[in-house]
Amino acid sequence: MTLDRRTLITGAAAGATLGGLPFQSRQARAQAANTIRIGVLNDQSGLYRDLSGPGSTHAVRLAIQESGITQRGINVEVVQADHQNRPDVGSTVVRQWIDRDGIDVVMDIPTSSVALAVNTLVRERNKIFLASGPATSDLTGAQCSPNTIHWTYDTYMLARSTGGALVAAGGRSWFFVTADYAFGHALERDVSNFVRGQGGTVVGSVRTPFPGTTDFSSFLQQAQRSRAQVIGLANAGGDTINSIKQAAEFRITRGGTRLAGLLVFLTDVDSLGLEVAQGLVLSETFYWDLNDRTRNFTQRLGQMPGNVRPSMVQAGCYAAALHYFKAVMDMGVAAAKASGVEAVNRMKAMPTSDDAFGEGRIRRDGRKLHPCYLFQVKTPQESSGRWDYYKLLNTVPGEEAFRAENAGGCALVQS
Amino acid sequence: MESLIFFLEDAAPLLVLGLVNGAFYALLSLGLAVIFGMLNVINFTHGAQFMMGAFVAWMLLSWAGIGYWGALILAPLIVGAVGVLIEKTMISRLYKLDHLYGLLLTFGCALVIEGLFRNNFGVSGLPYAVPAELRGGIDLGFMFLPTYRGWVVLMAVVMCLLTWYVIEKTKVGSYLRAATERPQLVQAFGVNVPRMMTLTYGAGVALAAFAGVLAAPIYSVRPDMGASFIITVFAVVVIGGMGSIMGSIVTGFMLGFVQGVTELIYPPFAQTVVFFIMAIVLLTRPAGLFGRA
Repeated sequence: MTLDRRTLITGAAAGATLGGLPFQSRQARAQAANTIRIGVLNDQSGLYRDLSGPGSTHAVRLAIQESGITQRGINVEVVQADHQNRPDVGSTVVRQWIDRDGIDVVMDIPTSSVALAVNTLVRERNKIFLASGPATSDLTGAQCSPNTIHWTYDTYMLARSTGGALVAAGGRSWFFVTADYAFGHALERDVSNFVRGQGGTVVGSVRTPFPGTTDFSSFLQQAQRSRAQVIGLANAGGDTINSIKQAAEFRITRGGTRLAGLLVFLTDVDSLGLEVAQGLVLSETFYWDLNDRTRNFTQRLGQMPGNVRPSMVQAGCYAAALHYFKAVMDMGVAAAKASGVEAVNRMKAMPTSDDAFGEGRIRRDGRKLHPCYLFQVKTPQESSGRWDYYKLLNTVPGEEAFRAENAGGCALVQS
Repeated sequence: MESLIFFLEDAAPLLVLGLVNGAFYALLSLGLAVIFGMLNVINFTHGAQFMMGAFVAWMLLSWAGIGYWGALILAPLIVGAVGVLIEKTMISRLYKLDHLYGLLLTFGCALVIEGLFRNNFGVSGLPYAVPAELRGGIDLGFMFLPTYRGWVVLMAVVMCLLTWYVIEKTKVGSYLRAATERPQLVQAFGVNVPRMMTLTYGAGVALAAFAGVLAAPIYSVRPDMGASFIITVFAVVVIGGMGSIMGSIVTGFMLGFVQGVTELIYPPFAQTVVFFIMAIVLLTRPAGLFGRA
């Protein structure tokens, strides 16, 4: 309900701005043509707020500063809104942003179901969607779009990295506890395919209502009764936190069953505490304490909203925005605003480089390539304090970490 | 036959878990029923007050070094005092108006309180450990039951019966019930009715905070922990009969079971089943299962 109100306020403010447009002077209109408008759409109040939320906007602002785009005489405006993890709310905001507020780029969207809805909408309007938050690999597969770049991570990468590590460690039979929406389904599918491909079996799954499930104990009991060697948690954020916490409480792993957090963020580990989270194996593409560049980047971000360290989603917002600004400066603001497809093509043609993800590139299907890191959560003894949580187990180069370009069924690749 | 045994093996843990969930439903709906029954206010702040109970427990531990046992007593008192403040300054002005005003006010309070906690503490939640005395658990054969969950059920039952006893069987309770029916008359006998109302609201809020402290070690302590419970709990109150103390206790535990069984048979329906039952009850017995029309 909060969100409706916020959307209303955003709408009212936008309406006021737009209502004034016809009366604006020629100078003001010239200025509007020279202004890039970015809308950061994510979860501002629910379970994904800490890993995206206001922190993503904060990261985009740093990208504006560091890109030097304003020094070139190009204005950049950033607005943010809450999609409440609901596709209908997200679509309404984006439709209003594009049709009334002149938004050029939509960013973030940590909820896959919302991201898929916005993906279609942005394509219809020939704008740009820089997807840092969503996980579903469909964004570069069956539903790939010439207007979308999927930046940070995806379900295939998670399946291959975390799933692969557990299968290699002897986890041959799997049972899934899956968040019942696009993301959970995609993650379960990708991990299942991977497990079967390695000769393992999937003995079952249970779909938990999303959002709104707080008690996972009965689902975990069902998983335990399946006698699978691995219980795969195809969920994220607060859902993963509660699942892991309650699995520890009910000693789900006492019979040798392993728990696989298929998507675990730094903020989740912080919330769980090392006592509970220690030993978990997880995959990320960014960790603040990975190397000098990431540490330097984290320092430049300064104090994040909510006093957290940046998540990979927030880092992805920074990097994607930075790369977009480079393309805008390269092709000119008029051309960049005129066609989303052209701007995205320019981004694909340029190699990427930033402190969060290092060097990389964007493929034809919209997949951004960078290394994927397999981490293990430290024990309380190993950690030197808050936010010192991961030790690096393995690095997979970008070209291998993600699904092959021709294997996802993306129409852009075939043409 | 074999499939029946298999089903029972599967169902047994869910029934136990249903009891635990039911304990929270019962405790929360009890507070709501007390407030509605005595004050005629639909307290939408209840979920936020439940959450505040958990947060105060966390604050007592991290800022003052007061552990779980101290928090179990102090947190309800502190949050109850905040409730008294809310009643004195705001809710008490709305008694003469339609229910809707109280509902809107308390809903607004919930949004403000949750927003404040969200801004200060984020949404991921803060860790709160199970007290050392209640760690470990019992192997029931078909499942492992953590001692703490058993403690929650025990506490909920004790607290529910205690509240029911105070309201239905003691002199204070009879004053309260009389004040609900005929406030002027009770006042004429020299009872300070407004103060009694204030304290009743404070007690209802303290019950929510008590449930919050019980919940802190199980669910992460986070700003939206109450919001996800409160809608279901309202359904429980409606099914049990608005204002019926025993109704909300029995219905709370019952719906915990029903939800547990639904999670086994058809998980996607688990959140909806409560509202399905609510619709049926409203159609057949509009006053609720235990309500007096």
